[in-house]
Amino acid sequence: MKILVCISKAPDTTSKIAFTSGNTSFDENGVQYIVNPYDEWYALVRALELKETLGGNVTIITVGNAVDESIMRKALAIGADDAVRIDAEPKDAYFTAMQIAAFAKNQSFDLVLVGKETINYNGSQVGGMIAEALELPFVSLASKLDVAGDVITLEREIAGGVQVVEVSTPAVISCAKGMAEQRIPNMRGIMAARTRQLTVVPAVEIQELTSYVLYDLPVAKSACKMISPDNMDELVQLLHNEAKVI
Amino acid sequence: MTLVYIHSENGLSKAAKEVVTYAKKLGDGVSVITNGNTAADVLTQLGEYGASSVMVDRSVSIEDHQQLLDLVVFAAEKTGATTIIFSHDLTAKAIAPRLSVRLNAGLVSGATDVPNESNAIRVNVFSGKAFGFVKVNSAKRIISLLPNSIQPEITGSACGVEEINSGAATGRIKLITTKKPEGEIPLPEAELVVSAGRGLKGPENWGMVEDLAKSLGAATACSRPVADIGWRPHHEHVGQTGVAIRPNLYIAAGISGAIQHLAGVNGSKVIVVINTDQEAPFFKAADYGVIGDAFEVLPKLTEAIRKFKAGQN
Repeated sequence: MKILVCISKAPDTTSKIAFTSGNTSFDENGVQYIVNPYDEWYALVRALELKETLGGNVTIITVGNAVDESIMRKALAIGADDAVRIDAEPKDAYFTAMQIAAFAKNQSFDLVLVGKETINYNGSQVGGMIAEALELPFVSLASKLDVAGDVITLEREIAGGVQVVEVSTPAVISCAKGMAEQRIPNMRGIMAARTRQLTVVPAVEIQELTSYVLYDLPVAKSACKMISPDNMDELVQLLHNEAKVI
Repeated sequence: MTLVYIHSENGLSKAAKEVVTYAKKLGDGVSVITNGNTAADVLTQLGEYGASSVMVDRSVSIEDHQQLLDLVVFAAEKTGATTIIFSHDLTAKAIAPRLSVRLNAGLVSGATDVPNESNAIRVNVFSGKAFGFVKVNSAKRIISLLPNSIQPEITGSACGVEEINSGAATGRIKLITTKKPEGEIPLPEAELVVSAGRGLKGPENWGMVEDLAKSLGAATACSRPVADIGWRPHHEHVGQTGVAIRPNLYIAAGISGAIQHLAGVNGSKVIVVINTDQEAPFFKAADYGVIGDAFEVLPKLTEAIRKFKAGQN
């Protein structure tokens, strides 16, 4: 089984979110980047589990600059076999997806896995776009993934429930919570990943379809109004008259 | 022309009225494409929210995303639409990215407002910790609207409903079973949510969470540790890695408010936090706080809500 796992960098959850250049770009000052949790915990770990039971090979791919090699080494440390970087700034989801599709086109992967979304742009776009470009089926937001022969069985979230579906390989799957458990790389893996060869592929010419032109931070909440636990009638009145939510 | 895709299973959802209202605000004529079982004399009400026509193809399954995609492409070609609107739900996440590539149309996911004066559309980024303004560079655009971002508005009157057959072929994904818990309010659609965490000490104590939810007509949710140790089902987990929700009211009992949890609920309009620990970080994100034991506060709050509801009738 030949699996491609698409990974993206994302700021560590505790990072301070700030913007520079007149609020037009993300302030990377002091930001620690991690592998986007959905890509790592669910997509990559499930790919490795499948490889361990069925045999095969797991390649990770990211679109980014040389500084992003730290997340590639993390993925190798966890157990990926090969790491590919498309050498370009990921301008938007379309640009990113088309780069990955161009790479994957003639490589006959059985499975292409993506996390359900990144925690920085939350778009949930790249997986579906890759599937369309490669003319493959796309199963979104899968929480379980099993493979028997060339049949993939998945559980996916639908409005208010879950659905069990089957699809033949090759397919593109977006991975959500439930699919696997986070794996902590061991020291041997980390050491081995340090010296591994990373493949760098030049980008193809793609015009992005969207651009982020400005960012803004939400206005800080005013101080929390404290209510005595013995006065729940007051809370109900505040929710009704002041907050107007009940 | 603006094309809107809506689900119309068993009537018109609030999300359906929201997206039609949103489309109307963009200024062009609004056509709706839908499938499902909702009767034509109900679909015609979409005219009140701004639709000038509705097309319904009852042969297309709501479960078959590939077939749905072809249906929307068919409708987009038929109407010559340059803007296509979805509600930012699980269906949109499955089909809007494919549509973007198929039509070479920039996709704005999770819009929270109409385009501003420079035609940029606001979305939540960094898991709700910031806003971004997105411009579409292509001639066609696709926007998925975050539920509960705008209120439905009645501006017109009933419109025509046309039964069509798009001839969309069935997709390659085979449906085996669908499991939907009966009678529960789906969390992402809920306007009121009652949530609890490890402070409740065990799954046997969830009765008081459910009682409060029932008194309000709210959905129930939980924090990640509670789902991970199996006290509550995973689909109730809200937070960074679970479901992100933005109800009008979020009541959290016995949840400290770790940053990962906040990332899933910071879009809530009003947050009430109940915690024994006055230092709990959640109070910083709350509008109303109660320092007290959930075991005492929840039943009292339920009682107060019941009294309030009884007084209203």
